[in-house]
Amino acid sequence: MGSRPPLAMPVLDPVASSPGVWRAMLAVLRRDLRLSVRQKQDLLNPLLFFVMVVALFPLGVSPESSFLSEAGAGILWVGALLATMLSMDHLFRFDFEDGTLEQMALQPQPLFPLVLAKILAHWLVTGLPLVILTPLLGLMLFLDGNSVAVLCLTLLIGTPVLSLIGSVGAALTVGLRAGGVLLSLLVIPLYIPVLIFGTGTVMAAGVGADVSGHLALMAAILVLALMLAPLAAAAALKISLSAS
Amino acid sequence: MTEPLQQADHLLKAQRLECERDGRTLFRDLSFSIVPGTLTRVEGPNGSGKTTLLRILAGLNDNWSGQLWWCGQPRQRQWESVRRNTLYIGHRPGIKGVLTPMENLQALVAGRQSVSNDVLSQALDQVGLGPWRDVPCETLSAGQKRRVALARLLFADEPLWLLDEAFTALDVDAVAAVERLLSERVRDGGAVVMTTHHQPALDNMQRIRLGHPAPPAAAPDTDHGAEVSHG
Repeated sequence: MGSRPPLAMPVLDPVASSPGVWRAMLAVLRRDLRLSVRQKQDLLNPLLFFVMVVALFPLGVSPESSFLSEAGAGILWVGALLATMLSMDHLFRFDFEDGTLEQMALQPQPLFPLVLAKILAHWLVTGLPLVILTPLLGLMLFLDGNSVAVLCLTLLIGTPVLSLIGSVGAALTVGLRAGGVLLSLLVIPLYIPVLIFGTGTVMAAGVGADVSGHLALMAAILVLALMLAPLAAAAALKISLSAS
Repeated sequence: MTEPLQQADHLLKAQRLECERDGRTLFRDLSFSIVPGTLTRVEGPNGSGKTTLLRILAGLNDNWSGQLWWCGQPRQRQWESVRRNTLYIGHRPGIKGVLTPMENLQALVAGRQSVSNDVLSQALDQVGLGPWRDVPCETLSAGQKRRVALARLLFADEPLWLLDEAFTALDVDAVAAVERLLSERVRDGGAVVMTTHHQPALDNMQRIRLGHPAPPAAAPDTDHGAEVSHG
């Protein structure tokens, strides 16, 4: 042990304090939003997909207003669901490939709040624009005002759930080469209940029923996903990182 | 919590570390301590597990057995302290192409320590990236990107640095500058563990050799081991 330093050697003491969780989350959020603004094609892709699906339905199936007003809510929900799912694969992939994810996992803060910040950033640039576009597309599909309002509300509650559930699948498949396909297979079954509740709420509103119960149930799903998904995604990311 | 940490003589101690990857033993029975004020070089041919060892020490890789101690305590009980006090810069250092060097540093550092933008831009000046401070990193060369990552070393306050192939893509002057920085760091009581194929001109180095070159057929019973020497 010839190289052990004599006791007089200066020693750098371990640092005991680190920036708080909120600050670290804010930094992640800011970076991800900045990245999205700089890479506009990633931002526009799901949105364009959503608009195209909705616009092609009247052309491909039937432009009759009676058909569209009945199927409109379902079309918009399926479009939003698929658009979100397509964008999910990017949530962690680039960060995984360039080492950002490693650095995030090594931050002194627990990983799950940082993952939550990433999911929030993802929702702000994919889910929220879908919700904002929905009234316009709803009018295109002859939905009445009340249905459009309820539809927007269900999407506002539902799209964060889609992002949260998708994040778990994205975290599990991030290390795999053909992760995208597996991600869809993993996530679709978990998306189905959200889809059923979402469209069910709009249909109930269409026949004049009270939808507060439906909305409360969807909000409960959101809260559950908010609690569990970041934890599961963080654990899955650690496994993916450990195997790489 | 900080009191017992300061009493231990080592930052990190490994006992009988063993790692298997894809059915192949990378190393076995590896024991060493990382003491403040020392530089440790992990040596070995390609594929001998240098990066894996560093990732295990950083806490990124869980596929190992043996014991790891952090400042005298089992490491798994000290996660926050381990992560706060270990700086790991890997092959892929987390530099985003569409962000500028400044924004990259801000994002990497935000969760670890409070560093003002002045300090960050000073560090970028010092690694010779002053004029490129506000251009996207994707327009920089490989060496310049590496410099962005290594600029963190100029203000990092973590006592333990784990550097994986830190000298890759750097020019001669930059390599000399990093060596100078590391030896100063070690003199100031920091600990550095690095993998590199380049022979660093640093004295007082602890070496961890991985992967004996002996062919498996000739010496079936030889440990895939590793040895630790002090020089």
